[in-house]
Amino acid sequence: MARYLLKKILVSLVTLWLVASATFLLMHMVPGGPFLAEKSPSEATLKALNEKYGLDQPLSIQYKNYFAKLLKGDMGPSIKQRGREVDDIIKTGFKVSARVGGLSILLAVILGVPLGSFAALNRGKWPDSLILLISTTGIAVPSFVVSTVLMMIFSVKLDLLPTYGLTTWKHYIMPVMSLAFYPTAYISRLTRSSMLEVLGQDYIRTAKAKGLPMYKVLFKHALRNAILPVVTYLGPLLAYTLTGSFVVERIFTVPGLGNFFISSILNRDYTMIMGTTIFLATLIIIMNLVVDIVYKLVDPRISYN
Amino acid sequence: MSEYLLSIKNLRLSFFTNVGEVKALNDVSINLKKGQVLGIVGESGSGKSVTAYSVMGLTAHPGKIVAGSIEFDGKLINEMPEKAMRDLRGNDIGMIFQDPMTSLNPVYTIGNQICESILLHTGKNRKQARQRAVELLELVGINEPQKRMKQYPHELSGGMRQRVMIAIALACEPKLLIADEPTTALDVTIQAQILELMMELKEKIDMSIIMITHDLGIVANMCSKIAVMYAGKVVEYGNVDDIFYEPRHEYTKGLLKSIPNLYSQDHEKLLAIEGTPVDMLHPPKGCPFAPRCEAAMKICLDQMPDHYPVGQEHYSACWLIQKEEFDRGGIV
Repeated sequence: MARYLLKKILVSLVTLWLVASATFLLMHMVPGGPFLAEKSPSEATLKALNEKYGLDQPLSIQYKNYFAKLLKGDMGPSIKQRGREVDDIIKTGFKVSARVGGLSILLAVILGVPLGSFAALNRGKWPDSLILLISTTGIAVPSFVVSTVLMMIFSVKLDLLPTYGLTTWKHYIMPVMSLAFYPTAYISRLTRSSMLEVLGQDYIRTAKAKGLPMYKVLFKHALRNAILPVVTYLGPLLAYTLTGSFVVERIFTVPGLGNFFISSILNRDYTMIMGTTIFLATLIIIMNLVVDIVYKLVDPRISYN
Repeated sequence: MSEYLLSIKNLRLSFFTNVGEVKALNDVSINLKKGQVLGIVGESGSGKSVTAYSVMGLTAHPGKIVAGSIEFDGKLINEMPEKAMRDLRGNDIGMIFQDPMTSLNPVYTIGNQICESILLHTGKNRKQARQRAVELLELVGINEPQKRMKQYPHELSGGMRQRVMIAIALACEPKLLIADEPTTALDVTIQAQILELMMELKEKIDMSIIMITHDLGIVANMCSKIAVMYAGKVVEYGNVDDIFYEPRHEYTKGLLKSIPNLYSQDHEKLLAIEGTPVDMLHPPKGCPFAPRCEAAMKICLDQMPDHYPVGQEHYSACWLIQKEEFDRGGIV
C-alpha cells in the first residue's frame, strides 16, 4: 500500500508538471495579453508593464523563471488584481468556496444515498418512480435554473432568504441547495442501481437467513458493497465543488474561487490562470488518491500490490 | 403439541409475475419429526428451494403463500409477524446455501459474520460471542480458528467457506437445519467431507435436517425420509428404503433409472427421462408428469391424482396405484 501510494504520488507530480506546462504554453499561444483592452495603454506604458512582469522576455526564459519560482512555492503576483498575490487570492477564495461546496456535497450524500437505497428497496413501486423522476429532473436541470427558481420562491415570493453575499447562515441555504441539486440526483441514481445489484446477491440472502432486521441487512451488508461507485464519483466531484462554481457564485455573489477560473482567462491574467489550474489539478490528484485509500478501506478484496 | 417438528400442510405458493401467476408450489405437504433427516429431491424448478424458503419466511418477491400452513415447533409460522419470524431465523432454523463462494459478505471478516448471529440471538457480549465463534470454527473443522476469525471470505477456499456457512447456521444450535444443495458447488472430495461433517454435527446438537438436492447418492446416504418433487408437487414421499427399493411413482422410477451405474456395460446408454420439465406458467391440466410418463393413461392427462398410501408412511400421487388396486379388486 505504502509503495503503491509513493508510486502514485510520483506519477502525480509528473502529471501536474505536464498540466502546468500545457497550460503555460497554450495560454501564451492565445493572441492578446493581459494589458490589451479596447482602450489600449500607450506604447511606453505597455513596454514598462511587460518589462515589470517579465513578459518581454522569450517564452523559454519566462517558462524557466515561472517554474523556478513555483518550485519555491511562489506563484507570483496577480497581473490584473494589482497588489495581490495569486496564492493569497486562491487561499481566501478557496476558504469560502470550500465551505459552500463542502456543505453541498455533505447534503448530496446525506440525501442521495438514502434516497437511492429507498428507491432500490421499493423497486417498481411508486416511491421508486417518484425518486427516479426527481433525480432525472435533477440531472437535466442546470444549476442556474435551480438558483433562479430558488431565488424566485424564497427571496422574491416568500421574502425569507437574502439573494446575495455570504454573511449569515441564511446566506448559505440557497447556494448550497443549488450546488447540491445535481450531485444529489446523481448519487441517488448511482446508489439505486448499485444497490439493486447488491440486493440480489447471495450474501444478502444469508444476512436475511440470520434473522437480521431489514435496516441492518441494508445498512451493514448491502450499503458497504453498494457504495463503491459513489466513492468513485465523489473524488473528482469534491475537487470541482470545493473550488467553487462559476455560475452559482456569480448568481449569489459568493466571494469564492469559482469566479476566478473564468475571469482569469478572460482577463489573460497569466499568473492567475496558472495558479487556479495548478490548484485544481492538485486537488483532483489528491482526491483520487483519497478515493484509492477509501476503496481499500471499504472493500478488503482490493489490493494495490 | 404435534409429534412433528415441522409440518407443512397443503401449501400453495405462487409467483405473481407480469406474465401471469406461476404456481410454484401446489398442495405441498411435508412432515418432519425431531432428529430426522428429510431429503427433498427433484429437478430444477420443481419447487425444492421454494419450499425451503417458505419455511424461512423468505419467499422472494413476487412470491406469496396462497393457501396452506407451515407449523414449526408447535407454532404456525406462515402467519407469524415479521419480528417473531426474525427471532426464529438463524436461531431455531439455520440455513446453508448452494454457493459458498457468494454466500458470505466479501467486505466483512469471518469472525464478524459468525458473531453477528450470536450477538443477535443470544445474550452474549462481544467477547463471549468471539469465543463462541472460535469454538464453532473448531467444531466445523477449520484449523487455526483464531487466525481465520480475522480473515475475509476471499482468503478462504470454497470448502472452507461452506464450513464457515455451516458454523453460521449452527451458531445458535438450531432445531432445524435447512441445507439448500450444500455441496453442488464443491468438488467431490470436499462434498463428502461436508456431508460427513453435517451428519456428525446433527448427532452433536440433536437437530433435524432438510436436505435439498438433486443428487440421489447424497439422499441415500444421509436421509431417513425422502420427498420427491415434480412441478411444485410432492409426487412421492416415504422412507429412504421404500423410495429406493420400491418406488411407486413413475417419476421416481425414472430418476432412479437415470443414475449412472458403475457396473453397467460399455455399450449401455445412460437412461434419461424423455421430454422437458413442465412450463410452470402453463401447467398441464392433469398430472404434471403425464406428458413424459411412459405409463400415462387417459385419466392422467385430465385429472391430478391424490396421494395414495402405498405402505408405512409411504405415499405416491399416481393414478396407476388406484388402477392396480382396482385390478386387484380392492376397495379404493
